[in-house]
Amino acid sequence: MAEIRIKDVAKQFGAFTALHSIDMTVRDQEFLVLLGASGCGKTTLLRIVAGLETASQGEVWIGERRVDRLPPRDRGISMVFQNYAVFPHLTAYENIAFGLRMAKLPQAEVERRVTRTAELMHIEQLLKRYSGQLSGGQRQRVAVARAIAMEPDVILMDEPLSNLDALLRLEMRAELKGVLAESKTTTIYVTHDQVEAMSLADRIAIMNAGRIVQADRPVEVYRNPAARFVGSFIGNPPMNFLAAERVDRGRWRVAGQVLPGPNATQDRIEFAIRPEDMAVGEGGIPANVRVVEPLGPHTLVTADVGGQLFRAVLDSDIAVAPGDTVSLVPQPERIRWFDPETSRALQ
Amino acid sequence: MPRAMPYLLLLPATLFLAVFFLYPFVLVAIEAASRDGAWTGENFQRMATHWKFVPALRNTIVLAAVVVPIQLALALAMASIVSASETGRSTILYIFAIPLGISDLAAGLIWLAIFEQSGFLNSALAGFGVIERPILFLGYQNPLMIFLAIVLAEVWRATAIMMVILVAGLGLIPKEYSEAAQVFGASRWQRFVKVTLPLLRPSLQTALILRVILAFEVFAVVVALGGTNFPVLMGETFEWQFTLQDRGVAAAYAMVILAISIAFTLLILRLLHVPKEART
Amino acid sequence: MTEAVADAAARGYVETRRAGRRVFYAIVVLLCVWVLLPIYLLLVNALSAPAEVTAFPQRFWPSFDLGSISFFVNFQGVLRALWNSVQVAALTMILSIGLGAPAGYALSRFDFRGKEAFRFLVVMTRAFPLPLLALPLAVMFIRVGLDDTIVGLALVHTTLALPFAVLITFSLFSGIPVELEEAAWTLGCTRVSAFRKVVLPLALPGIAASAVFAFVISWNEVFAAAVLTIENRTLTAFLLQSLNVSPLPLKFAGGAALVVPALLFIFAVRKYLFAMWGIANR
Repeated sequence: MAEIRIKDVAKQFGAFTALHSIDMTVRDQEFLVLLGASGCGKTTLLRIVAGLETASQGEVWIGERRVDRLPPRDRGISMVFQNYAVFPHLTAYENIAFGLRMAKLPQAEVERRVTRTAELMHIEQLLKRYSGQLSGGQRQRVAVARAIAMEPDVILMDEPLSNLDALLRLEMRAELKGVLAESKTTTIYVTHDQVEAMSLADRIAIMNAGRIVQADRPVEVYRNPAARFVGSFIGNPPMNFLAAERVDRGRWRVAGQVLPGPNATQDRIEFAIRPEDMAVGEGGIPANVRVVEPLGPHTLVTADVGGQLFRAVLDSDIAVAPGDTVSLVPQPERIRWFDPETSRALQ
Repeated sequence: MPRAMPYLLLLPATLFLAVFFLYPFVLVAIEAASRDGAWTGENFQRMATHWKFVPALRNTIVLAAVVVPIQLALALAMASIVSASETGRSTILYIFAIPLGISDLAAGLIWLAIFEQSGFLNSALAGFGVIERPILFLGYQNPLMIFLAIVLAEVWRATAIMMVILVAGLGLIPKEYSEAAQVFGASRWQRFVKVTLPLLRPSLQTALILRVILAFEVFAVVVALGGTNFPVLMGETFEWQFTLQDRGVAAAYAMVILAISIAFTLLILRLLHVPKEART
Repeated sequence: MTEAVADAAARGYVETRRAGRRVFYAIVVLLCVWVLLPIYLLLVNALSAPAEVTAFPQRFWPSFDLGSISFFVNFQGVLRALWNSVQVAALTMILSIGLGAPAGYALSRFDFRGKEAFRFLVVMTRAFPLPLLALPLAVMFIRVGLDDTIVGLALVHTTLALPFAVLITFSLFSGIPVELEEAAWTLGCTRVSAFRKVVLPLALPGIAASAVFAFVISWNEVFAAAVLTIENRTLTAFLLQSLNVSPLPLKFAGGAALVVPALLFIFAVRKYLFAMWGIANR
């Protein structure tokens, strides 16, 4: 059992606060993705769990042990690094065997585990090669094999796919998902790529400015962003936001149209809708089309609504041209509302 | 443990430099300004009134003023050649860098083999029928010739150190800058003057400081080629310390060398200052 | 018509470039001759009989007579000076790497208070004429009984070589990604075993090169050696102090004895020349 519990962990670098009190639990065998823009603190949090960074305060528990005072080697973790960190002076075989030898496993066991993980990662033919003789993708495989061979309770991954080219990344992504599911470890995976996060995660924790803004299943994060930031960060193109003015109880004026909404007491809140959750129709939001980009299955329309940038993903059959005014009707059940003061979602 | 670790690792080197670098410089300053335990300017006075002081100071500075600009130009040329060569780059670099490993005394002896009376220069001149009898190039009647021989030996020996620093510096400048200038119509020479040289400023600074300080330390080359006919500051320091056994005056000489070294270091730092915003 | 003009211009451009290449190679050859010829001439002298060295006019190729060399080797005090030089240089090498490498490692891996102050101390040594240290240290050494000893001179030479050792090892260790070390920690290594199993194998060739460099610095040093040694002279000190009295063949053979090891050393570390001096730019 390796549940990871992070209790009130914070980190300051001098006057800069990289992490504000983080509380989070990663369940046994869960695949948790830490997602956020660069500088949001996700890598710092991962490195604190690994023991490569010391937290300024708080506790880290793995299973039944408090590990935040232990060196990395005593935490029962292994890690895959962004630049792979495959030792250049050792062969692929010796790289995979490195940790096993440090643990003083018998030679037969080392042999067995290296062979098995190499098969798993499809690198049996590369074992005699040095890092310099491997491509980026192959090095990546060695790095993952090295981590898995340790049979750790927890695997930590720091943007492991970010240095691969697009096609290879797609391939490795699918493979990683299979391999890690089979290995039954708990995984924390750091990335800034939302597609990667969506496709891999059991649960995504979205970070911004040293805080976890929302941690939930991928679909939930996408459909029901807990905060304005999540809506604007997840989705490509991101959510549209427009100002909403209170007409009376539960009714709001958005771009001239009156829509039913939450029973909030504020005078002004924010209306939000994803670009793909609208269709052209009668009595919708009037939008002045600026740019039309046919993308094949859909057409991306960039428009402005009352001076605000507004995007819609429309069926590619619909003929619109720059300069047109179209009426965009939002699907009522997909409309979300945010409090502009707190940026939190309103019910 | 991690907090104390860097200090533990630095401690030996720091202690060493404190005992064998900082402290001795304090000692030599005290020694220069005192005699028999009392503060006095006598050492400096004795140094300055000795007939060899003014020529030594003049020779050292003139030598540096002649040698360093030649070396700078030559080192820039050599570095550009190394950077521009496609084939045999490492061989050319190795050959150009050879003098880096050669002692100043050995360099003096090498050029002595050329300039002495039965040396290769006289032999060559005689071979071409220019002269009938060998000329005494390095005699006291021929101070200009001694000076020239020392300049040649210094340029030969110590250009390599600047060259290697500049090659390394050139390697740090992305090729795109020069290519961009080329696209905008700059000639080879314009690119060198307007793009490469300004970007090379940090390396030029380092190379010049190192070289100028070494130029003020010139010693063995001069002794090998000029003997006592060409006094320089370092030679006089050695003379007072070793032959005349007057450590006070030797210390005073050391302070003079130290003073001009620091003065020139500051001058170069100032002249070649790269503002923080303009650093890459 | 215009096509012909453009054609001619293109041909002219190609010709100019070809001519430029020829000039370039001519300059390269000239500069190589400028560097190599004087060394060759010294070796001609060293490999000729003493009588040939002092004869006039001199020959421009060696007779491969070992007379000068055997004269040099058998000269009173030469072998001992040679041995002293080797000892001082070896000790300098050990001291400067032993003291410098830990400091270089600390600079490359840790952020700590006083880091800049230490770097300043190291860089500052460059602005000082270090051989002058021999003057005050001569006094100090007499007091502690280190005067005229191998150890005393090696200590002075270490002040010359230590700053280089620190900066070179700093750049070496900086060139080894921290990730490699961190990976080793997550795979069960302690700080010490990670250093031994990962960092050291990768840094070793570079450390060896900087050790050679320290050796050469000491081997070549003249002033401090001449000031600090009387009985236990190094080769440079011996040659310097006998300049007035020794015959030409001895000087040239001695010069060759200084030059040849230095040539080999520089050849051995040629791959690291950039790395060593590139760091001077920081």
